[in-house]
This record gives sequence, C-alpha cells and structure tokens, in this order.
Amino acid sequence: MHFSFSEEHDMFRDTVREVFAGECSAEAIRASWESDDGRVAGLWATLAEVGVLATMAPTEMGGLGMDEVASVRLLEEAGYAGVPEPLMEHMAVAVPALAAARASQLLDPALSGQSTVTLALASGGPNVVAAASADLVIAEHAGSLLAVDSQAVTVEPRDSIDESRRLFEIRFDPGAAEPLVGADLALAADRAALGTAAQCVGVARRLLDTTVEYVTERRQFGKPVGTYQAVKHRLADVRLGIEFSAPLVYRAAWTVAHCDDALLRGRDVSMAKAMASDAVDRACRAALQCHGAIGYTFEYDLQIWLKRGWSLSGAYGDARQHRDRVAAALGLLR
Amino acid sequence: MDLELSPRYVEFRDEIQTWLHENRPTEPFSSMDSADGFEQHRVWERTLFEGGWSVPAWPKAYGGRDCDLTEWLIYEEEYWLSGVPGRVSANGVSLLAPTIFNFGTKAQQDYFLPRMASGEQIWAQGWSEPEAGSDLAAVKTTAVRDGDDYVVNGQKTWCSRGKYADWIFCIVRTDPTAQRHAGLSYLLVPADAPGMTRRTIRRLDGESGFAEVFFDDCRVSADHVLGEPGQGWAVAMAAAGSERGLSLRSPGRFMAAAERLRLLAAELSETADGLDARLRDEVVDAWIRAEAYRWQTYFVAAELMAGGDLGSEASLMKVFWSEMDLELHATALRLLGDEAEVHSDWLGGYVFSLGGPIYAGTNEIQRNIIAERVLGLPRR
Repeated sequence: MHFSFSEEHDMFRDTVREVFAGECSAEAIRASWESDDGRVAGLWATLAEVGVLATMAPTEMGGLGMDEVASVRLLEEAGYAGVPEPLMEHMAVAVPALAAARASQLLDPALSGQSTVTLALASGGPNVVAAASADLVIAEHAGSLLAVDSQAVTVEPRDSIDESRRLFEIRFDPGAAEPLVGADLALAADRAALGTAAQCVGVARRLLDTTVEYVTERRQFGKPVGTYQAVKHRLADVRLGIEFSAPLVYRAAWTVAHCDDALLRGRDVSMAKAMASDAVDRACRAALQCHGAIGYTFEYDLQIWLKRGWSLSGAYGDARQHRDRVAAALGLLR
Repeated sequence: MDLELSPRYVEFRDEIQTWLHENRPTEPFSSMDSADGFEQHRVWERTLFEGGWSVPAWPKAYGGRDCDLTEWLIYEEEYWLSGVPGRVSANGVSLLAPTIFNFGTKAQQDYFLPRMASGEQIWAQGWSEPEAGSDLAAVKTTAVRDGDDYVVNGQKTWCSRGKYADWIFCIVRTDPTAQRHAGLSYLLVPADAPGMTRRTIRRLDGESGFAEVFFDDCRVSADHVLGEPGQGWAVAMAAAGSERGLSLRSPGRFMAAAERLRLLAAELSETADGLDARLRDEVVDAWIRAEAYRWQTYFVAAELMAGGDLGSEASLMKVFWSEMDLELHATALRLLGDEAEVHSDWLGGYVFSLGGPIYAGTNEIQRNIIAERVLGLPRR
C-alpha cells in the first residue's frame, strides 16, 4: 500500500503544466475560438513532442508505456489550463484502443501528433467533440469499437455554450469502417469517464484559485470581500469537494490500470466521476457567486472554466448516473 | 503507487480479524457514560491491552506494537467492521497521548502511557468552559502556583467521559495577567483531587453524556503540567490537530456504518414497496463518501509517512467526516420512515452524529481555518 505518485509522475506533470502555462493561456484559448478548427495553434505538436499524446501506448509501439495513473495527472492539468483540444479523447482513450487493436497505421500518426482522434461512445452522448477537425473517430457500434476515417464522416454542428468544445452529431457507414478487434468498449468508456473526472478536478482547482485571488483583491465596505465568513465558508466547501474527489480519481486510475474485474473497475470509476462532477458543479456555483457581476461577463476569463465545468460535469455521465452505476455494483439496483 | 496490500499487511489484517473474532464480548455493553457501562468498557480496554491491541500504533515499550500508519488504518477498519464495543479510552489515546509523546517528560511518559494503554487510567477532556467554547482562548479557570502544587479554581464543561474518568486533561490560566493565548498551561488533574466536584449533564437523548467539573481550591501537583507552564495553547493545539485529523476518526468507523446502511437499503429493496430511487441515491452517496474519506486518508497517510505534516488540513478531514456521518445517519432514518423515531441503534447513531459538527472545534471554526490557513484568505 503506497498511495502517492512517483517522482517520474511528478516530473511529467510539471513539464505538462509548464507547456500549458506557456502555450495555452486564456488569450490563446480565446484565439482558438476565432480559428477555423477551434484548436490552439502549435499546442498539439508540443504535446506530441513532450510525449503526452503517447503516454498510454506501449513502448514497443512507440509510446511511453505509462498507464492511467500517469494520464489522470496530466488531464487534471489540462482541466486546470482549460485546454480546448480533444486531449482526453485522443490520449486517454483512442491511443490505448488503437494500441490494443494493434492498428499501427492509425496509431503512429496519433502518437506523432500528425493526426487527432476523437471519440463517439454512447456513454458520451450524441455530440462528438472536435469531429470536424479530427482525422479519425473511434466510434461505438453494436457493442464494439470502429475506427472511422474523417473523410467517411458527415458532421452536423451543435452549438455548445463552451466555445472550446466544438460539438457535432456525426453519421457514417459502419460497413465501411475498420473494426478495432482487441479494443474493449467497456474499458474505453471507463477510461473516458475517468479522464473526464480528472479534468473536472483540474477545472475545480482553477476555479478555486482564481476565486481566492479575486476575493483577496476585491474590496467592499473597506476590506477584501474574502474576509467575510459567508465567502470563506463557501470557498472552504469548494476545497472540501476537491480534497475528497481527487483521491478517488487517483484510486480509480490505479484500478483501471491494474484490475481486470470490469464490475470493480466500473464501480471505482463511477465513484470518482460522481464525486468529481459534484465537486466541479459546486466550484462553478461558488466561483460565479463570489465573483459577482464581473464573473457573469463574456470578457472576464472566469467563463472559460465555468463553461468547462458545466460541460464536463455532465460529460460521460453526470453524478447521478454514476451513482446509479455504483448502486448496481453494490446490489441496490438491478 | 501501489494500492494492493503487501503480504505483510494482509497477514496483519488476518491477525487482528482473528483476534477480534475470538475475543469479542458476547453480550452488548451498557452505555460507556453509565456507571456500569463505564466499567464494562474498562474491562474491554484491559482485554484489548492484554491481547496487544489497545494502542497498536504506540511503541512496544508503552504497550503498543509499533504499527505504521497503514497498519493502524487497517486495524481501525477491522475494529469497526467487527462491531465490537467503542473505546472508552478514546479521549486519552487519540487526544492526550500524542501530546504526552510530544511534550511529556520521560517521567510523565513512563507513568501515564502504560496506565492509559491498559485502561487503568481513563481520561476526560477539560477544555471548554461556559464562556469558552469556540473561543477556547477565553478560558478563565485559574491555576495558581503554591509551593509544589497548583491551586485550581473554576469550571470546565462538556467533558466527555467526565463523570467517571480517572483523570482530566485541562487548559488552565496560570498567568492571570496574560491575555488570551498567553499565560495558559496544560494541566493533568486526577479525578480524586480534593476540591473537584463533577456533575453529569444529560445529553440530547436524555442519556447521561458529558459532565461539568468544578474546581474549588483544588490542589494539583506541579509535576502534572504537560509542556512548559505558559505554553498551554501550543501544547493543546498540537492535540487539536490529532483530534480533527487521523487519530480521532479513522475511516474504518464510517466504512462500517456505510456498509450497515447498504445492508439496510438492500433489505428494503427486497420488500414489496422496493427502495425509493432518491433514497437509493443518498445511500450510494454516503457509501461513496466513506470511500472518499478512506482514500483521502491513505493519501494523507502516505504524505505523513514520507515526513509530511498534517497541520491545518486536519480541518478538512474533520468537516468531511462529521458531515458525512450526519448525512449517513439521516439517510438511515429516512429509510426507516415511520420507525425512525423509535429508539434503535440507527437513532442512537444519529443523535451521536449530530454532535460531530459541534465537538472538536465547530465546523464553522474549521471552515474559517480552511479558508485562512489552507486557502490563504485574509483574516481581516
């Protein structure tokens, strides 16, 4: 029993944090909203260069050979930075699925950053992130996974409130797609929920940091609004949500990486997503309220993380849906 | 990261499981706050001690077995899952003992620790006063040096185990000219000291619970000051960290309660009416929170074992477990429906859990600490 990250994990996390701090500022995110593909210029290539995209591929296939314990840490940082790329979909789900199917021709460009792969799983709902700018879609069909070339996909835009999430309904001919034999659908869905939970924790941390900074600066009645207990207690509650959801995310990451029992794996992932969704919802509410009117504007950057929090809280199952899954694992729901 | 228990820990788990199974009392005990129940629980402390299981995390020299934090957490999980009686010695073992280890003289350690471990001396806490609750630094009870003794005058209240305990650990004012946090001392007072009277205060449910303690020219040996005279605040706060954090409420207790709640809900789901979806959601939420507390604790434990410090983060744990415990029991009562108001273990647990957000520093105080010391928000 040793529940902590290795030095290697910490160093990788620090590297990625620096990349995001340098290349994924709020200005860069806003610029991506104005671009055709909705992507941050140059970021994908850097993520490939430092190995992030290859985290979850085995070394013999050109990857770093790391697992979910490493990836959740990076995705937490992605949430913190507000990264608009389909990073979770690509790095935490598609890459290991392509590797499991030994689909080298599709995997190699995904690791080098030449391609972007997104996901269309039933558990993620009908709207596919970044489907128009992706080169490949890993899609669920009849209980298994298919690789669908973007050329063979027709997309219908859905207008998300989160400008960083370009959503599309997609259509394709399953008969013309490549089955990913060897890739496990249930595992992919668990990885997506886990990766989303990790991002939720990161988003919540960012909302809290931003709000603590704001209420320390902002003065009313001659003193910082952060001196008032009503504000303090609300932000303490946000910290509580983060403090007790993050370990469940790390623990679920370990379970996904090491446990073959799909029921236990699903239970642990769902516990993590339920807590993380609740934590980020609470963080969104408190952050907006503690900012007051300035937080309610489009110009102020808080909105980047508010909207990410709203969308990720429900993505790949909201808290209630995941508690139902835990209920089933506990024998309380048939 | 490795979340498997190594063979050493599995062996440890088996050992405590077996011991608890073989030594568990056959009849339920009376309340530890009744005269009979207190002595029953004292006998159980002795049984634990003789089996080597009363203070497993302590050094062997004082009756422990030098457990590391992981072993201690496993011990606690098994202890509470087994359903054996609670610990009448908890105030001493979890609150005072860490302070004696940190601040006590060798003579104090050698005298008090073995007696605490065996249940020979059971301790009550004497911190709160009628005018000093959340504002603990407002204590007025005085202790004036007179030769080899201190002469104590004043009143303590809400002393858990206060009526029958053998000793009381108090915060008293030894320098009447000093203000607030200064001039306080940490004084250990034997319950048979002349000039002390104790009166039971009945709890919310009518059971005898805590006590108020009156000191009227009560003489206590100056050898019983823990730490330096005048440093009582710092000495007490070191214990407050352990009270709020790991040592007072380990995850095992809540995991056991969450599992009982799950079984109650599972039983209801077999009935004709089935289990209401909203209540099911609450049950699952309680179960998840118990797991979250467990894994957060293991995460913190790994940091502590690597030489880290718990500090103000203990306040996060105190708020979380106390509110989780309350919600868990409130959910149980909702499951019981019309039967909820009839006395039962669940009702007793609920009434007990209502105190959680109040004792050991109210959750309002804890949230202030989280905001100011963890988040760094301005005090004024």
